[in-house]
Amino acid sequence: MEMKKIALGGVRQTKGPRVTMKGRTADPKVLAEVLALLGDEPRRRDLLIEHLHRIQDRYGHVSAAHIVALAQLMKLAMTEVYEVATFYHHFDVVREGDVPPPAVTVRVCDSLSCEMAGSQGLMAMLKGVLGKGVRVIPAPCVGRCESAPVAVVAQNPVCNATAEAVQKRVKENALKDTPPAYIDYKTYRAGGGYQLLADCLAGKRDVEAIIQAMEESGLRGLGGAGFPAGRKWRIVRGERAPRLMAVNLDEGEPGTFKDRYYLERDPHRFLEGMIIAAWAVGIAEVYVYLRDEYHGVRAILEREIARLQANAPCPLPPVFLRRGAGAYICGEESAMIESIEGKRGMPRLRPPYVAEVGLFGRPTLEHNMETVYWVRDIVEKGAAWFASQGRHGRKGLRSFSVSGRVREPGVKLAPAGITVRELIDEYCGGMLDGHAFYGYLPGGASGGILPASLGDVPLDFDTLNPHGCFIGSAAVIILSNFDRARDAARNVMKFFSEESCGQCTPCRVGTSKALQLLDQPRWNKPLLEELGAAMMDASICGLGQAAPNPVNCVIKYFPQELD
Amino acid sequence: MTGLSKNEIDALPIDFTLDGRKVTAHRGETLIQVADRHGVEIPRLCYKDGYRPDGNCRACMVEIKGERVLAPSCCRYPKDGMEVSTSSERAIASQRMVLELLLSDMPEERYTLTSELQHWVDKLKVGAPRFAPRSKVAGDLSHPAIAVNLDACIQCTRCVRACREVQVNDVIGYAFRGEHSKIVFDLDDPMGISTCVACGECVQACPTGALMPARGVGMEVPDKAVDSVCPFCGVGCQLTYFVKDNRILYVNGKDGPANEGRLCVKGRYGFDYAHHKHRLTKPLVRREGAPKSAGFTMDPDRVHEIFREATWDEALDLAAGKLKEIRDRLGAGALAGFGSAKGSNEEAYVFQKLVRTGFGGNNVDHCTRLCHASSVVALLEGLGSGAVSNQVMDVMNAEVVFIIGANPTVNHPVAATWIKNAVAKGAKLIVADPRGTELTRHATYALRFKADTDVALLNAMMHTIVHEGLVDKAFIKSRTIGFAELKRNVEGYSPEAMAPVCGVPAETIKQVARLFATSKGSMILWGMGISQHVHGTDNARCLIALSLMTGQVGRPGTGLHPLRGQNNVQGASDAGLIPMVYPDYQRVDNPQVREKFQKLWGVEHLDPNPGLTVVEIMDAVHAGKIRGMYIMGENPAMSDPDLNHAREALSELDWLVVQDIFLTETAYLADVILPASAWPEKTGSVTNTDRMVQLGRRALDMPGEARQDLWIIQELAKRLGLDWNYRGAESGVGEVFEEMRQAMPSITGITWKRLEREGCVTYPCESEDDPGQPVVFTDDFPTETGRGRFVPADVIPAAERPDAKYPMVLITGRQLEHWHTGAMTRRASVLDAIEPQPVASMHPLDLDQIGAKPGTVVTVASRRGAITLYARADPGTPRGAVFIPFCFYEAAANLLTNPALDPYAKIPEFKYCAVRVKKGGRLAKTSSYGGGQLLFEDA
Repeated sequence: MEMKKIALGGVRQTKGPRVTMKGRTADPKVLAEVLALLGDEPRRRDLLIEHLHRIQDRYGHVSAAHIVALAQLMKLAMTEVYEVATFYHHFDVVREGDVPPPAVTVRVCDSLSCEMAGSQGLMAMLKGVLGKGVRVIPAPCVGRCESAPVAVVAQNPVCNATAEAVQKRVKENALKDTPPAYIDYKTYRAGGGYQLLADCLAGKRDVEAIIQAMEESGLRGLGGAGFPAGRKWRIVRGERAPRLMAVNLDEGEPGTFKDRYYLERDPHRFLEGMIIAAWAVGIAEVYVYLRDEYHGVRAILEREIARLQANAPCPLPPVFLRRGAGAYICGEESAMIESIEGKRGMPRLRPPYVAEVGLFGRPTLEHNMETVYWVRDIVEKGAAWFASQGRHGRKGLRSFSVSGRVREPGVKLAPAGITVRELIDEYCGGMLDGHAFYGYLPGGASGGILPASLGDVPLDFDTLNPHGCFIGSAAVIILSNFDRARDAARNVMKFFSEESCGQCTPCRVGTSKALQLLDQPRWNKPLLEELGAAMMDASICGLGQAAPNPVNCVIKYFPQELD
Repeated sequence: MTGLSKNEIDALPIDFTLDGRKVTAHRGETLIQVADRHGVEIPRLCYKDGYRPDGNCRACMVEIKGERVLAPSCCRYPKDGMEVSTSSERAIASQRMVLELLLSDMPEERYTLTSELQHWVDKLKVGAPRFAPRSKVAGDLSHPAIAVNLDACIQCTRCVRACREVQVNDVIGYAFRGEHSKIVFDLDDPMGISTCVACGECVQACPTGALMPARGVGMEVPDKAVDSVCPFCGVGCQLTYFVKDNRILYVNGKDGPANEGRLCVKGRYGFDYAHHKHRLTKPLVRREGAPKSAGFTMDPDRVHEIFREATWDEALDLAAGKLKEIRDRLGAGALAGFGSAKGSNEEAYVFQKLVRTGFGGNNVDHCTRLCHASSVVALLEGLGSGAVSNQVMDVMNAEVVFIIGANPTVNHPVAATWIKNAVAKGAKLIVADPRGTELTRHATYALRFKADTDVALLNAMMHTIVHEGLVDKAFIKSRTIGFAELKRNVEGYSPEAMAPVCGVPAETIKQVARLFATSKGSMILWGMGISQHVHGTDNARCLIALSLMTGQVGRPGTGLHPLRGQNNVQGASDAGLIPMVYPDYQRVDNPQVREKFQKLWGVEHLDPNPGLTVVEIMDAVHAGKIRGMYIMGENPAMSDPDLNHAREALSELDWLVVQDIFLTETAYLADVILPASAWPEKTGSVTNTDRMVQLGRRALDMPGEARQDLWIIQELAKRLGLDWNYRGAESGVGEVFEEMRQAMPSITGITWKRLEREGCVTYPCESEDDPGQPVVFTDDFPTETGRGRFVPADVIPAAERPDAKYPMVLITGRQLEHWHTGAMTRRASVLDAIEPQPVASMHPLDLDQIGAKPGTVVTVASRRGAITLYARADPGTPRGAVFIPFCFYEAAANLLTNPALDPYAKIPEFKYCAVRVKKGGRLAKTSSYGGGQLLFEDA
């Protein structure tokens, strides 16, 4: 049999000697650069994303040579670093032959609220006026939907953005977020802050009473899943030590901005609640995972946590602030844990649940920021105070992030169970002039789309399930007669397809094929429904499971748009 | 409640319902495993037996009553009372949709005949996909061994797990996200320039043909599959050859006890040497007057200028006749034989029997002399047995793994995977090596000590253990002798005093010593970095002492493991291919032993004097004492130190008979060459580094008139007047083995039939129902006293230290792709393509110093010779050193090496001699093999 020969000219298909070791080796010069950036920082795997940020922040991108050097210093395989770096939007990986991005990047939010407010036009215009020295790219929801459209100049968000306003910031080189004034540590203490925590640690309050208060208040996880907070504390407290806590500040569900809203105003209310929870559950270490888009909030938290630790009212558990890197999926609790561990944000299969096997393999109490934000009020004012709020038979308060076609969008602290019509009329000053209420997304991109005819359904956990929807993080986006539900569905499917982590088939391939189908002038409804069913049934996490909701809703509630 | 303990509860079976049937699961069994056991078929793609289930493909979804969504059966464990449906409408709909989604992205071109996706698509009758395909995905054919067809990739990450979790080569990643997610090599580099070591685990793991053996062999239908064992290193991986038209198409790893399906690049892609055009197919006789000289330039293409073809009868008569004549004229002492550690146990056994009964002396040795002779001397002296105490895979039970003077990722790649797996499981790894190796990255401690200072380092560790009271007093008291003397000796070796000698900080030496001494199980593995020194025996003595004083031997996860090089160096040694011992290390100078063998072999007299070793034989040839030799499958004209000297000796012989498959450098100096069998052409047993006796099975017919080695040895024996008569298939291999059993108590329990049945049996094996003993020395040592002996060692410097004239140190060794002297691997197309040319590895800064760059031609010279080759930049080579593999005929490293011997084991100092490196020189021409010529044609 004749051996097939390969013509030379392939990449290393040469008869010449192999004159280096196999594969890339670290360039000594780049190694020195990375060494200087890392300084004495530990080389632990879980700090990989932090270290990548150092490189990205310093050089404006992460070069292939940086990756090889960082891998060597962290004793990681270079592909481990590469797969993490390429997973997150905010690392610009530049290989040989690629052109590094220009010094300034403008990210224009293209999520639903911003798209409805004209972000497409804005982006087109910016590309024209800003020229080659500035990179203009679309970005998923940046969490400022009340000020749509939003563009972010480097790290500086421009609310209700116009081309002129963006151009001005670029010209002025105004690249940082300056957060508004807020209640700082001193002021918070002066107002009685941290007394409750001090009392807890001093033994004036007992754990059981606090957990009971949480249970009786009926407070449920406000990140979206709605698991009863008190019960979660009790479960994790019963797990083996050491137990860890992870706080989810990866507020990425399109339309959601409540966590940012509270942190920009009263960060210590959150920190105190968090530390009380840690105390009650017997937590050894606390990790706070903050989405990278919230640069202003990060500055606040870094400063205030340092102030708190420098002048602590009582012994504190170690608190580590970790920075996300642009990945919606990391708002999913197990993906967030993976990300805190320095990995790609790929959700874990459950069981085991994170309460049993979570961060670093330890039992983990995971909470959305807002859930612990309410702890102090609930304990101080009493569980009954919280439970007595509510409307239409529902209990408690909800922080609605309202955006879209209303006169006064924003975070609205309102009774749980309020209807969307009440929310619009009582809290948002009604619809925008000339707009008529047409439909709404009750829970961000994932919660489905309902028509105006279902505008009187109480908004709360569980109440929307019969309609194929859920409230999630209470991000309510209002559509008007100028909008089409199918456009909204397409917008969010595109978002899901771009934000799918790529792990499981139904989500990775399913979102992409669904988007193809939505781009057809006539929807193949049976196929979309069949695909949707498999995505809901077989995806690993909530992203893929919820992604078909909006499409199904359009088919069910907005048939007129499909004819 | 029930009053059961937690362990008892954990052992309880789980009763649940599967598709309406009541079934019982063991704890730890997943739903898919239970289903498989009950013959219920569930589709699966990302799931592969033996791999960590990942649950990403979602083809195996099942419905569990009461759960909101479906569950992946590969990752879910049943619970009591659970009601599981694998075929409910919902489950089937999801399974089918997943398959359809993946199918819609498959290319039209097929790359494999055994696509698992296609299998399940057919099974579940998924029709033509209703979705548009993804945009075209580019392929990658940059690697000589592996075709990357990413258009057939379903992102199941089996290759990622193969590369990262099984073999831990850490090349393959899953980068980007969402629909852009992509299997990548390193930084999305072409595979051919990545860090890929071509172990092929990913190819074996891939379910869809996205990763395939290169050049389309996956689309050919094999005629047969033959289970065998790999012929390259001592790890002893079992494999399956897939054969078509008497050619090996491709090879898969088989689930053997040493490899569990894993292979390395040689075992998987290194077999076409057997089909190389240079195979000897006719007996050859040296032409009258064809001169022999050490300074030859060999070209196998021009063999007929030196040799003429002969019939077997003529060649055998000639070969044996002349040997007999020398024996009868000058006595047994004038003859010697080199057997081979690459052949089978049976071949080794009859070879030494031929020398001892046919030549009448004990001048028989083999390449063990060049690799682990010193380890064996030290082990026999200290513990009474030269074999390993614990098997490689036992690292999985160790808390600390101490590797010194070994580079297993290159030389024992599959053994290295177990070490890396152990680290992933939590074991602490200590790597002590002057060279920075791939394992360094996985090490808790990497001790880059100065070459030649092993004894200083190890004595300093023992000093710490003694001084900090970390010795195992009970073990020392009950199971050893000579501790007091050792203790006195290490007194002079404080870590502080040794730190500057060996270049490792004193505090590090102490930490490592403590870690080793106090762990629940510390296992030592070593290689030629320990043994190939003039103080090789001393080095090994220190390792033995370290183990004994800490009681780290005799239990699982502890012990001493010299990693054996050749596939059958353990077996060849066991079979008596050693000048001072008969099979099973029974000494030739022991009268009772001799009597036993005289009886067994039916001879009246056996020589009571131990014979000469490899290098001593060469010296004796030079001195005119040895006049005739029979060399089977060895290549001393490449593998001996100071080749000019060795080649001169060989050329001075009156009569040299060489039995080989290629015209080696040694065969070039022969008078008669007997064309022999390649490993896949014969049946026989081999013994790996773990003391596993494994069966190699014939898969190919021999080319031309080549003959099985066992037959050739017997034919020569007959012509030397021996009355041998081994009957049966495959040259009587079974009968030979049965005779070996009678000679060797260690394998009493292994019958040929059992070996044929089981394929692998570990010895010591006392009876036919003895499973064999993976861990030895559990109660005592096989010494006269039953105790282990401490033998103190002091620092002896290398025989030739660098000086002003020869300022650098030469370290020789091997490359991953090339075996020993390269006779086989440089004729294997893929291996030759990956490493086509001779290279000298140096630290980049040392290259700078001589004004060289990677790829510059350099000349390396020692007091004994000079070679010219290409420079390779290797940050792992220590400053002041140059590393050269000895497999390249164009630049034979052993022209430079120093024949200085360890006084106890007579092993040469391959790991240290003084050289100088200069830019420039004239490269020797590539002859008719090597240089990538098999695979690549000039563009």
